Amino acid sequence: MTYVIVGAGPAGVAAAETLAKTAKGSEIILVGGEPEPPYSRMAIPYVLTGSVGEDGTYLRKTENWYEDRNIRYIHGRAESLSTGDSALRLARGEEMKFEKLLISTGARPIKPPVPGLDLEGVHHCWTLEDVRNIKGLTGEGKDVILIGAGFIGSIILEALLESGSNLTVVEAEDRMVPRMMNQVAGNMIKAWCEKKGVTVLTSTRVAGVAQADGGRLEVDLGGNKKTVDLVVVAAGVKPNADFLEGSGIEVEDGILVDNHLKTSADNVYAAGDCAKGPDYSGGWSVHAIQPTAVEHGRIAALNMAGQVTPYKGSLQMNVLDTAGLISTSVGLFDGVEGGEEAEDLNEQRFKYIRLTFKGDYMIGALTLGRTDQVGVLRGLIHTPVSLGPWKQKLMADPAKFVEAYIDRTQVI
Amino acid sequence: MGWTQKILRVNLTKGTCESEPLNMQWANDYLGSRGLATKYFVEETDPKVDPLSPDNKMIFATGPLTGTASPTSGRWTVVCKGALTGAIACSNSGGFFGAEMKNAGWDMIIFEGKSAKPVYLTIENDQAELHDAGDLWGKSVWECESELLKRHGEEGRVASIGQAGESGCLYAAVVNDMDRAAGRSGVGTVMGSKNLKAVFSRGTVGVKVKDPMGFMKATGAAKKILAENAVTGEGLPTYGTQVLMNVINELGALPSHNAADVQFDGAAQIGGEAMHAKRETDGKANLVSNAACFGCPISCQRRSQMDPNHFTVKDREKYHIVSGGLEYEAAWALGAATGVSDLETLTFCNFICNEYGMDPITLGSTVAAAMELYKVGAITDKETGGVSLTFDSPQDLATICEMTGKGEGFGKEIAMGSKRLCEKYGRPELSMTVKGQEFPAYDPRGIQGMGLTYATSNRGACHLRSYTVASEVLGIPEKTDPHVTEGKAGLVKAFQDATALVDASGTCIFTTFALSMEDIAPQINAACEGDWSTERCMEVGERIWNMERVYNNAAGFTGADDTLPQRLLKDAAKTGPAEGLVNKLDEMLPEYYSLRGWSADGVPTSETLGRLGL
Amino acid sequence: MQKSLLMIPSKCTGCSQCELACSYAKEEAFNAAKSRIKIFDFPEKSRHVPYTCTQCAEAWCMKACPVDAISEDKKTGAKIVSAELCVGCKVCTIACPFGTINYQQDTGKVVKCDLCGGDPECVKICPTEAILYVNADATGDARMREWAAKSDEASDVTPN
Repeated sequence: MTYVIVGAGPAGVAAAETLAKTAKGSEIILVGGEPEPPYSRMAIPYVLTGSVGEDGTYLRKTENWYEDRNIRYIHGRAESLSTGDSALRLARGEEMKFEKLLISTGARPIKPPVPGLDLEGVHHCWTLEDVRNIKGLTGEGKDVILIGAGFIGSIILEALLESGSNLTVVEAEDRMVPRMMNQVAGNMIKAWCEKKGVTVLTSTRVAGVAQADGGRLEVDLGGNKKTVDLVVVAAGVKPNADFLEGSGIEVEDGILVDNHLKTSADNVYAAGDCAKGPDYSGGWSVHAIQPTAVEHGRIAALNMAGQVTPYKGSLQMNVLDTAGLISTSVGLFDGVEGGEEAEDLNEQRFKYIRLTFKGDYMIGALTLGRTDQVGVLRGLIHTPVSLGPWKQKLMADPAKFVEAYIDRTQVI
Repeated sequence: MGWTQKILRVNLTKGTCESEPLNMQWANDYLGSRGLATKYFVEETDPKVDPLSPDNKMIFATGPLTGTASPTSGRWTVVCKGALTGAIACSNSGGFFGAEMKNAGWDMIIFEGKSAKPVYLTIENDQAELHDAGDLWGKSVWECESELLKRHGEEGRVASIGQAGESGCLYAAVVNDMDRAAGRSGVGTVMGSKNLKAVFSRGTVGVKVKDPMGFMKATGAAKKILAENAVTGEGLPTYGTQVLMNVINELGALPSHNAADVQFDGAAQIGGEAMHAKRETDGKANLVSNAACFGCPISCQRRSQMDPNHFTVKDREKYHIVSGGLEYEAAWALGAATGVSDLETLTFCNFICNEYGMDPITLGSTVAAAMELYKVGAITDKETGGVSLTFDSPQDLATICEMTGKGEGFGKEIAMGSKRLCEKYGRPELSMTVKGQEFPAYDPRGIQGMGLTYATSNRGACHLRSYTVASEVLGIPEKTDPHVTEGKAGLVKAFQDATALVDASGTCIFTTFALSMEDIAPQINAACEGDWSTERCMEVGERIWNMERVYNNAAGFTGADDTLPQRLLKDAAKTGPAEGLVNKLDEMLPEYYSLRGWSADGVPTSETLGRLGL
Repeated sequence: MQKSLLMIPSKCTGCSQCELACSYAKEEAFNAAKSRIKIFDFPEKSRHVPYTCTQCAEAWCMKACPVDAISEDKKTGAKIVSAELCVGCKVCTIACPFGTINYQQDTGKVVKCDLCGGDPECVKICPTEAILYVNADATGDARMREWAAKSDEASDVTPN
């Protein structure tokens, strides 16, 4: 059996390793689109701050890890897919035959339709190469504009700030991290960043970027102009699925998969940030997060190897460190109709917790300013744990969620 | 090491918080907590200061072992001039607040001056800040603590005063962790007089010791001894201090009805065994469990829950919780002293003490004195405003305790303590006090050494300055006859010095049921710089004791104050093994002065002071 | 046979000695705030529950780690964080449904119980045997409930 895995991020690597274990003797080919060994985008901000070297981002640290598992790691970018003759064509013209294919090509940053984003000095912060390009343009006295205060933007914000640069963040929506945080939490993160010396412009759009003197860039913020050394664009991502055009594989805002992570083509699966898979909270979603990628990769591989394994569905969960203010969001934190919610807010201390419920279960959570035991929120929501009398206790005091979990899962 | 070497000085008049280095010379001479805080106190305040004036200072202090893995390392101390006594006051408490304060990086907090309006202090590691407490003033300990944890973080710890401390009840306590208290001598009254409502503390700094390996070895050895000892390994965990109720009653040393009697018929109904027994009303026991203070392997704390249909708490849900239950002293003072043998009423009154922040010993003993005044007609319904104060009445006890907490009606007079109350109504001899403080649950007629203990205690009558009960009743370290006075002077002195040292270390005196100085000194030695031999520890204890005495003498006390209520000296015990006995203080006191190196009128000689470097 | 930590809440008095021993072993200071084992209080039941990583077979943290910083100690089965490799991304802290791997802001790393190489300090210091290190099959869910029920019964109103 020949398995081809295109995309060597966490989903692809997890799939390759799972296949190596479960489909012994098969040929496993892992195709990576970037020149480095498989690495983690999660670790990119830490390369930017210098707290780890590039090799600190590598997904596996053991030498000959892939070879030892008979995983052939090659470089190449997918150009097109022919499901009819089970062939994947790579950018350099090579054609690869497969019996089973996993698409784990991840996502890539969006470049919004703003004039001037192709100028030198405008960068994404998505790949190791991007980091190399950005590093020289940050530092004491440098002026930097970050376009986009979503999850990615907020995570690299600290690294840009730590470099000593004068940082301005521009977000088109009315708050920071709009998709991961509600208004209350988003505003608190904004206030925090401002306290740390970041200029945060919400409900603001960049009208254009133009070349200025001395290699600097002039950024038009809708009338107000700012001259900077670096523009970092973090305005969202989209799945890497363009190469599927004409393949017959159905793609919406992600590659559609069933609850065995199989695409509309029989021998093709998809996993990770490019896949729109079963959402634990209902329906189908792209959950571009590390734990989902790994889980996708593992489950897809089991199914590819013939071990029929249904997927329970991924839970949206994020943890974010915005210049030292740590926030988490899990599941349906906005709540649902007919559900209930509980909040505890302490603006002075930058502490916030919000829990949402439906019936006897917790379905979503947001926290700000808490690092301890936040995983329990996943445990409560994803297991799911019947709350019983703790429902009312949590409605009154949402911070007691760990106690609720312990009391409902152990005899105490 | 051991010490954080940092003190926080809070000037409430100016509203400032400043950090200063610990005086290490003093730390070497006075160790910590009780010893070191008292050294700072006596150096910085006028002995004649009015306890309730802004010039009185108040110190929160930890010891070098506080916050470490030493067994019972949760102790902390409040030092000031006592509101009740006018003598040096040093009340210590357990729970978790002290360890939290130490873990925030502070050996001590010195409060000076008086805030113009109510404030509270927050400490989060090196950040200290005063906040307006206008909205907390008037709130109980329970309400204030809950609110501050909500406001500043549930992981923190709080020490606060309740309404009793605000309204000037002279025996208000500083209560931490809802029901642990620095209870005696009116330290909470002093806190209230400064318009300081509470201290919130959160610490994540960590406490280090000099020799970690040696420390774990020394503390491990001590823990083993505590576990294997019958008192600390079994008696205290099972029955708490309440293990004593029946024992002391049988010995004829349980003062009852304002010390008119030395035995109490209802003892069995209010003791440790009774707390375990299932109630007839709801089939549940008063005692829910035991619990530990920070770092404590003994865990003598009582957690109690009342019968929700008891007349004191029916339809009053805030009292239906599990909270700090009766300890022996409280059960004695609220119960035996007043003649009330209803365990649930006593538990209620104890909850009231925690909630409003009062010392149950002085409260119970003062109510007992008031009941006797009422009985003999020195006060009538006219003075009490129609409140009946009858011995043995649970209703009367519950009513007057709650009124005292709230500072209502005749409760305001009970809040003065028995000395002032009995003087006011012309019967000073009915106050069971020494230096203005009510004596606790051991009758010196039945346990002679406790007479000398009460008479010479530097903070007014107290059992925790030299607990000779250990020897005279429990045989620790060796059994002595409770009815003889011979040898008691030496026993008291040795216990006083050892206790001062243990208090100064930041650990609990209850360890000494099992541990000797040979077990404690190595822990201090492994934690602190320098060599801490057993001899040095005892000398530090003696130095602390004499320092306190010198302060009291300068404050106006004399040898004449080293005495006992006449009842204990004149009225012989009526029943029990001690029948016919009075306390023979005069046989012990001169020998005690002599052993201390004090003059015949109780003044430390210059030779003694020189020897101790005072 | 691999061993696991077994907690018996009915025996725990809430004294914090486990937190002290753990923090000294891992942080070189007595600092309950940084212990890998934490005691949770249930005042309404007057119960204390020591809580730490169960070294679960699913190893959610290890699988979620994007930089291979968590590995399994073959001898003890403990999942161990390499402080050197951890970049501090915190993904494991939300991936672990037990909440027993936590981020420390001052070091920028996550920490969790590592069973002290097979000789857990919390077990050795616990004065009431509320934390045991026993054969792994004893910590199975059913066994745990049985054990707890039994010790509950035994303790009833008699404190330990």
